[in-house]
Amino acid sequence: MSGIGAALLNSLDIGLLLFIIAVGLNIVFGVLNIINFAHGALYMLGAYLAFTLINLVGMPFWAALLLAPIGVAILAVIIDRVLLRFIYSRDVADSLLLTFAILLIINESVRTIWGSGIQVVQPPQLLSGSVQLLGSSVATYSLFVIVIGLLLLAGLWYLFNRTRVGRIMRAAALDRDMAEALCINTRMVVTGVFAFGAWLAAVGGVVAAPMRALDPGMGDKIIIESFIVVVIGGLGSFPGALLGAIVLGLIHGFGGRYLPEVNLLLPFLGMALVLLFKPNGIMGKGATA
Amino acid sequence: MKTKILMGLLAVVIAGLIAVPWIASYFYIFILTEILILGLFAASFNLIFGYTGMLSFGHAAFFGIGSYATALVLIHLEWPFLACLLVSMGASALLALVIGFLSVRLNEVYFAMLTLAFGMMVFAIAYQWRSVTNGSDGLAGFTLGSFGLGLDLTLGNPAVYYHVVLAIVAIAAVVLYLICRSSFGMILKAIRQNPERVSFAGLNVRTYRLVAFVIAGTFAGLAGGLIAPFLRVASPELLHWSMSAEPVLMAILGGTGYFLGPFVGSAVFVLLETWITSYTESWMLVLGIILAMMVIFFRKGLLGTALDWWTEVKK
Repeated sequence: MSGIGAALLNSLDIGLLLFIIAVGLNIVFGVLNIINFAHGALYMLGAYLAFTLINLVGMPFWAALLLAPIGVAILAVIIDRVLLRFIYSRDVADSLLLTFAILLIINESVRTIWGSGIQVVQPPQLLSGSVQLLGSSVATYSLFVIVIGLLLLAGLWYLFNRTRVGRIMRAAALDRDMAEALCINTRMVVTGVFAFGAWLAAVGGVVAAPMRALDPGMGDKIIIESFIVVVIGGLGSFPGALLGAIVLGLIHGFGGRYLPEVNLLLPFLGMALVLLFKPNGIMGKGATA
Repeated sequence: MKTKILMGLLAVVIAGLIAVPWIASYFYIFILTEILILGLFAASFNLIFGYTGMLSFGHAAFFGIGSYATALVLIHLEWPFLACLLVSMGASALLALVIGFLSVRLNEVYFAMLTLAFGMMVFAIAYQWRSVTNGSDGLAGFTLGSFGLGLDLTLGNPAVYYHVVLAIVAIAAVVLYLICRSSFGMILKAIRQNPERVSFAGLNVRTYRLVAFVIAGTFAGLAGGLIAPFLRVASPELLHWSMSAEPVLMAILGGTGYFLGPFVGSAVFVLLETWITSYTESWMLVLGIILAMMVIFFRKGLLGTALDWWTEVKK
């Protein structure tokens, strides 16, 4: 029981962290029709900014959680205005290539600024221990990740379904010309959505920092994971991102424990199976295969 | 007139390439060997990307399988090199048939994602199937014996190996070129521009895309078979998605609309890498900036931009 329970909890914290990151990728794809290859790099940037704020400036973890994502969102606005605006009207392939270029630039900048070694961020005092849950001890930080994930999930649901800003985003995603005709400044929406996606990636990065060691390859790892999540769940779908993240979380949580000799293969196998039988993802809608 | 000048230029380049071992040091021989092999890899990729319009993010699967096939045959069977290359091509053709059969039905992003998934599956297998692939260390310690066809070549000599690579890449490039110029190649171009129209004309788009995918995979496998003895190792990095990104970058850099574009891209890529890494660690930063500029402003690539500029000047 405790083995399965631990695997389940592990799946949930991996899954919800992946959700935070992948949902940003999905929102950006939904509104901008851009697959942001640099999304993982923005996640990494969030983690490294938090590292600087906490370990070098001496801020508390909570301040870093607030400030680092804002910093990354500002950078995203610049990226959008300087680079991405050229390719909005082009093929999706072009956006993959341009954001791949941005990924290379950010990766190398991180390597130059912070070095290629491994950096460690300590969790705040409050979250560093472990608690007894269902008869086994669980790291408090895992529970914190789960809580943050659920909070963001609820917040995003509220944003998209109950607020004007959310409706504008959904309108822009459905039909940008129509939204424009209804006096919505879609250019601002586009920039805002890109920055929001980057903010989510960076929040994921700060939350991940105390759980995982920081190294300049961490962004590349997470972007592939996020691709798997959005493909399994459905590109552009909000509930899909959640479902995909939980599925991948389960694959990692249980696969790592019970099938260690093929655990690298499993996520890609899952992704390929979904693409083969339901190319638009489990929750994906419309669009021809 | 224009084609005559270009053909002349090409002849000079080829003559220069043949003469290199007599006039340049081993350093340049190594660089040129790498350029030729990666050029073939990128050219094979461009058959599906530049010609057919399919952006694959898993092309390294075929390159890597080719290198593992040659390494395995050299270790266990010690066959002549030419036979190894044939095995590499066969193995990658087979893999491309399976992956392609499942992938070509999808479009655009979904195709890119599915090829990425399959590519990484092959990577994961090579990484974790230790008894055959030696895991993350890869296969090393193989030596090249004879070449085959009764030719007496000392393949261990970098200059000789360079000439072998030059000859094989040249033959492969001519074959690829003939394929691109054939009516089959024309249909591929038509598919890139308008797949619906091609299928309305009564052609099976999916079959054409699959055949192109298999041909591209086969030539990538050949390039992989050539790279293993050059690197002296077949390792999982050759299968990783970041290796799949290299031919994409090279094709874009050189120009996807031109047959020689990927070769130009490979040359610029390897030379820049060598040159910039001798000054600074941040080669990827420079590459990122160049790629961004190419995608935004020079979508035709270096070759395309140069040719445009040349026609402009002549007017």
